[in-house]
Amino acid sequence: MADVLQVTDDTFEEEIIKADIPAMVDFWAEWCGPCKMVSPVVEELAKEYEGKIKIASMDVDGNRQTPGKFGIRNIPTLILFKGGEVAQTIVGAYPKSHLDEELKKLL
Amino acid sequence: MEDLIIIGAGPAGLTAGLYAARARLKTLMLEKLSPGGQVLMTDWVENYPGFPDGASGFELMDKMRRQAEKFGLDIKSQEVSRLDVLPEKQIIVTDNGNLESRAIILACGATPQRLGIEGESLLTGKGVSYCATCDGPFYREQEVAVIGGGDTALEEALFLTKFASKIYLVHRRDKLRATKLLQERAWSEEKIEIIWDSIPKRIVGEAGVEGIDLKNVKTGEESRLSVQGVFVFIGYRPNNELVKNLLELDERGFVVTNKYMETSEVGVFAAGDVRSKLLRQITTAVGDGATAAFAAEKYLENLK
Repeated sequence: MADVLQVTDDTFEEEIIKADIPAMVDFWAEWCGPCKMVSPVVEELAKEYEGKIKIASMDVDGNRQTPGKFGIRNIPTLILFKGGEVAQTIVGAYPKSHLDEELKKLL
Repeated sequence: MEDLIIIGAGPAGLTAGLYAARARLKTLMLEKLSPGGQVLMTDWVENYPGFPDGASGFELMDKMRRQAEKFGLDIKSQEVSRLDVLPEKQIIVTDNGNLESRAIILACGATPQRLGIEGESLLTGKGVSYCATCDGPFYREQEVAVIGGGDTALEEALFLTKFASKIYLVHRRDKLRATKLLQERAWSEEKIEIIWDSIPKRIVGEAGVEGIDLKNVKTGEESRLSVQGVFVFIGYRPNNELVKNLLELDERGFVVTNKYMETSEVGVFAAGDVRSKLLRQITTAVGDGATAAFAAEKYLENLK
């Protein structure tokens, strides 16, 4: 997840909720195998949507408040934000084409 | 045109890819997510020979991928939307256009079976889970139910003892199907309580799972179990969407093959969990993959 912006409980509000463009956050953890299937796809999307959608990830192991606030109990979970509000929640591992379609709706 | 296209990058596909690459077949592997397959849902693999101390599901699959790539296997992240089988040629339709190949190995695996009861879809992501290794840590000091009685159900119930305060294992019969060793471990784990002869009727809760309604199949008695999580491990359904109307399937939808992994269509082979077979394990998947690649190689030689 080296190339993707990492957000924390402390930076989430500033980076995501107050972002001036739509955003997507990939909630993941080291222990989660399927998250590792999703993270390379998220990295690719982060490059493709640079400047248009802010794509970030959050380690749920080190950050408990934000996942709790959004009621996350399964990972991988991707949450898409527009204007600081939740626009879509995607639970589980989906192919890139599906995520791409959902991201296009944010633009 | 490719010699061989392998669809799916789990243990069966990656082994087929390893053998095909070493046989110098012009091979392409297509995977809709990243390589690994269902093994990535497994915390710790203890029954794959050669790893006496076990291996993490991720580590094992990472090694299988690297081994296949080392011999030149080309793995592409692409979803297949349709298959057309023509004499001596197959056409694979993907999001990025059409691909052609002389032979195909289907290694697209299986997906955890859903219960198909009220509340399940609504509460998926809110307490209903099909992956304990992913979601277990969200249930620290909470009570959960595990549905099923096979190896996966017991492995996952045992994994959940690291986090949950109590695990009810709900099983429809009066004995378990799981490997004896796993049963012994479950018996000696005081956090696990088995509820026999019972099937789930509905999952209840609004913002999240609050409980599960059970029915005893012997007495007919219904009861509510108060839990915050429901983990479902009742078997698998094949990922057969591509070949539903194309290949012979068994009564549960798994692809029928002969001992050479040949399906009902010439030039189309199947390997791993998607195939109709007795035992779905990493060990049997890699065997299928090797056989399918070898049989595909022989098939291609006879075409020339």
